[in-house]
Amino acid sequence: MNRALRLIRRRLIGAIPVLLIVIVGTFLLLETAPGDAVDAYIVSTGGDAGLIEALRQRWGLDQSPMTRLATYLWSLSHLDLGHSVTFSRPILDVILERLPNTLLLMGSATALSFGLGSALGIVAGAKPGSFRDRFLSIGSLALYAVPGFWLGLVLTVLFSVQLRWFPISGIETIASGKTGLGRALDIGRHLVLPVAALGFIYLALYLRMMRTGMAEAWRQDFVLAAKARGISLRRIVIRHVARNALLPLVTMLGLQSAQMLGGSVVIETVFSVPGLGRLAQEAVASRDTPLLLGIILVSAVLVIAINLIVDILYAFLDPRVGASEATA
Amino acid sequence: MTIIHRFLKTPEGLAGALLLAAFVLVALAAPFFFPRDPLSIAGPALLRPFQDWSLPLGTDRLGRDVLAGIFHGARTSLAVSLAAAAASIAVGAIVGTLAGFGGGWTDEVLMRITDAFQTVPGFLLALAFVSVVGPSLGVVVAAIALSAWTGPARIARAEVLSIRERDYVASARVAGMHPLEIAFREVLPNALPPVLALASVIVAQAILVEAALSFLGLGDPNRVTWGGMIAEGRTVLRSAPFLSIVPGIALVLTVLGVYLAGEGAVETAAKRRSLA
Repeated sequence: MNRALRLIRRRLIGAIPVLLIVIVGTFLLLETAPGDAVDAYIVSTGGDAGLIEALRQRWGLDQSPMTRLATYLWSLSHLDLGHSVTFSRPILDVILERLPNTLLLMGSATALSFGLGSALGIVAGAKPGSFRDRFLSIGSLALYAVPGFWLGLVLTVLFSVQLRWFPISGIETIASGKTGLGRALDIGRHLVLPVAALGFIYLALYLRMMRTGMAEAWRQDFVLAAKARGISLRRIVIRHVARNALLPLVTMLGLQSAQMLGGSVVIETVFSVPGLGRLAQEAVASRDTPLLLGIILVSAVLVIAINLIVDILYAFLDPRVGASEATA
Repeated sequence: MTIIHRFLKTPEGLAGALLLAAFVLVALAAPFFFPRDPLSIAGPALLRPFQDWSLPLGTDRLGRDVLAGIFHGARTSLAVSLAAAAASIAVGAIVGTLAGFGGGWTDEVLMRITDAFQTVPGFLLALAFVSVVGPSLGVVVAAIALSAWTGPARIARAEVLSIRERDYVASARVAGMHPLEIAFREVLPNALPPVLALASVIVAQAILVEAALSFLGLGDPNRVTWGGMIAEGRTVLRSAPFLSIVPGIALVLTVLGVYLAGEGAVETAAKRRSLA
């Protein structure tokens, strides 16, 4: 347990400079954007030059950039991401409201691509160079070449317009009055197509990584030893070869999270899932730059958190991690 | 047997080369076959494919020629992806070389910046950049490079770290060469091959990111893009799904071609190593 705590502390300290750089970066983008918070406010409410001047002074926008950066950091440290003009509400509130939907979508899509990808990877890697290995490798590459938003549209045409199996958009039936299990099933039905569109694309990464890892494991001495002991081929594939190739895939889970968060922007837009990605698209459409940058900050924190969780998971799965530090 | 010959002998290399050749030909031939502005009206609206042979793939909601759009869209796709890949590899190689060769604080600062860029979802960053600066071809290229330079930077740094201890670097130091000159004239060229190996993945990702940006309406408004065509077709998805499906097929074939060519190149290199 001590080992995990040390790992968490080290990772958290390492995350501080990274997060600071992200914050300075978003601040610079905010500065580049034409117009400031006062302009946005005046557009929605109206007002004369005197009011504009007074607001600039009150919100500290007449200060030097360095002072403004300090103010920005100060309000961020109070979890104040600013005010969204589009929603007329604090940005953090809007984001936190949308976050669960995105986490649900990302979590399910990751489970799909990791589960199916590694399973197919085992099928391909059980016999490297065979027909089914080549078929699966090329097939997954073809899937990886598909743009997510287009796959989403094709799935919609097939399963929502033609076959009418799944609803076209949204996260649940509006005003259905469903509760408990009924509501969960309703949400599940709405999520089938978005999860498939997001999950199938990244399946290839896990499949190929599993397959490559297994191809390497076949050449190891312990596999030869297992063969010599007369262990059945099926058992060798599962217990000896696949098991050793599985570990690097866990690291991939963390690295993939940033990409999947980016991918969810288009998928949520296509399926009108009210999540973080759809919010980003709405922020772009309504030119709400502070909201967009707030989403970027929250996603960066999210990616750091996911990677931390994956690191801890990895430390539990592989006792070699951090063992050297414990003695040092 | 030349390297190209060996590359074409791998099934992936051959398929990839054919797809890419078709893509480049289509992009280059666009102004000859379709000299008119692809955004201009060419016939009746919502003509289905294979009905009228002067408009083989039909027309969109406004009566614009879909085939002309595919041809001119290939041009945009090719230009953006090549420029973005070149920019991200150049920036990545320079940052990686400075970090690896400089060491100490330079390395620390540059690598933390790289970490920060990798922490922010690349697509969100590209989205924010284009939305703040305004959509044009150059901005889209910069936005894609902004989210893609970190991979080359890491590889270049790792490579430079192993190269900087070599004898010829030490002798260049003894000869009194300026450290920056050593870094960029002696070390960088030797660190480049593994960085260039990333090219196919970066080009493929650039094509997909450009398409996604245009799909969200953040492409250059004065140019036809495949992503923009898909978005345009989406408004009539129920009645004319082909308008969204056709440009998507073009995208898939192109990106697949890039990936297959990359696979073929890796396989050729592996075979060469095993022969040597």
